[in-house]
Amino acid sequence: MVLGGRAGAAMLAVAIGACVTAPSDEEIANKATAMLKSSFKASGQAGLDRLDQDATQRVCSEFGGKPPPKDVAEKIEKLNLAMIRYPADGKLLGDWKSGERIAQEGRGKQFSDDPSGPVGANCYACHQLSPEELAYGTIGPSLYQFGKLRGYGAETQRYAYGKIYNPDAYSACSNMPRFGHNGILTEQQIKDVAALLMDPESPVNR
Amino acid sequence: MTAKAAASLWSIAALSLLLAASASGQSSTADEIAKYRAALQEGNPADLWELRGEALWKQKRGPKQASLEQCDLGLGPGVVKGAYARLPAYFADADRVMDLETRLVWCMVTLQGYSEAEAKKQPFGAGNDRKSDIEALVAFVTANSRGVPMDVGLNHPKEVEMYRIGEKIFYFRGGPHDFGCVTCHADEGKRIRLQDLPKLTTREGAQKAYTTWPAYRVSQGELRSFQWRLYDCFRQQRFPELMFGSDASIALTLYLARNANGGIFDAPAIKR
Repeated sequence: MVLGGRAGAAMLAVAIGACVTAPSDEEIANKATAMLKSSFKASGQAGLDRLDQDATQRVCSEFGGKPPPKDVAEKIEKLNLAMIRYPADGKLLGDWKSGERIAQEGRGKQFSDDPSGPVGANCYACHQLSPEELAYGTIGPSLYQFGKLRGYGAETQRYAYGKIYNPDAYSACSNMPRFGHNGILTEQQIKDVAALLMDPESPVNR
Repeated sequence: MTAKAAASLWSIAALSLLLAASASGQSSTADEIAKYRAALQEGNPADLWELRGEALWKQKRGPKQASLEQCDLGLGPGVVKGAYARLPAYFADADRVMDLETRLVWCMVTLQGYSEAEAKKQPFGAGNDRKSDIEALVAFVTANSRGVPMDVGLNHPKEVEMYRIGEKIFYFRGGPHDFGCVTCHADEGKRIRLQDLPKLTTREGAQKAYTTWPAYRVSQGELRSFQWRLYDCFRQQRFPELMFGSDASIALTLYLARNANGGIFDAPAIKR
């Protein structure tokens, strides 16, 4: 059962009982943002500026966990696609072995983490990749045989790199972090993870 | 070897064995994890926190040399039975919506005469040298709601507003990873690595999750309060550090506790 009906009715009852108008949804959202700012403190590498949302984060917080309407989604995807920076040397794939280590590494960017690293992508938290790794999560789709199923061509390489760099360019309000756009991974790390998905020798494609 | 280290090692060893068993194809990973969880239920060290909490509740302490036995957790001074199942709630004396932890701090200040800073100085335990009185008191009070249905009301306008703000916070995405509570807790049947994730936006999911906190964490050798649960979720969300007893923590707790209404409270629990 989805909530909202009962809570909503209770809110209405309170509002009528007290003969006051309940704050609008926008007012509540503004209060939530202000409350967050007064409820956290800067710690380690995590400053309070992390609570300042960019346009994508703000819009993606508005729809109560549901996908945004089609026109909104298209705007978000267009905005994010335009911000992808592909490698200047034109090479999109690095070393899949290094990519596997990055996919396994869960540390990085937490206030408790050493700011000097390591920083990983923690792909296995959400995705199946190499079949040898059984401890994989299911928040995202399985990526086993990613390249084998899609082909190893230039277009797919470009898609793999771009998706890791900024998944919102292809799927608005994705659960996946924008690893390149937000500076979580370096260009070389993104190449290495792309190779884990796209190198025919990678265990992902065996 | 410390108890914590031993517990961690045991936990890792047990999980490795289970994974080895599942890799050999004898049974599914999920089945093995279920067995591991069942094995954990057989002895829960949370009892130790409950006993220490009860002693702290009754002991005359602080500048005023008073016990907490007159602390009003919402059902009247000194009533502990069933109190946690109705929190967070609005308290007129403080003119604020409070969760259990915040209310305990309030009572330590008003009844026992501690400063707020003193009362909050060790919100989370960190081994035998730095035990948390708050987490022990939390264990004692919550154990007195075991078997009681969750019944969090939205009666006062401030409760209604805090619930609505808590819902907004649940869906708030930010930080370098764009994460929010919603990232991991809005879908059914998902896991992070091998850990099952509760869907907190449905009554069934919220009930299952909320009624099993606080919990003794085998991997940490500590009993963890709900404040700690939120603190550590936000850490992994790559947010800055959630302040103990902050309004955002209470709003989010109210949102989740209210969503769990009707669920039978069954904590302190034990988790990996």
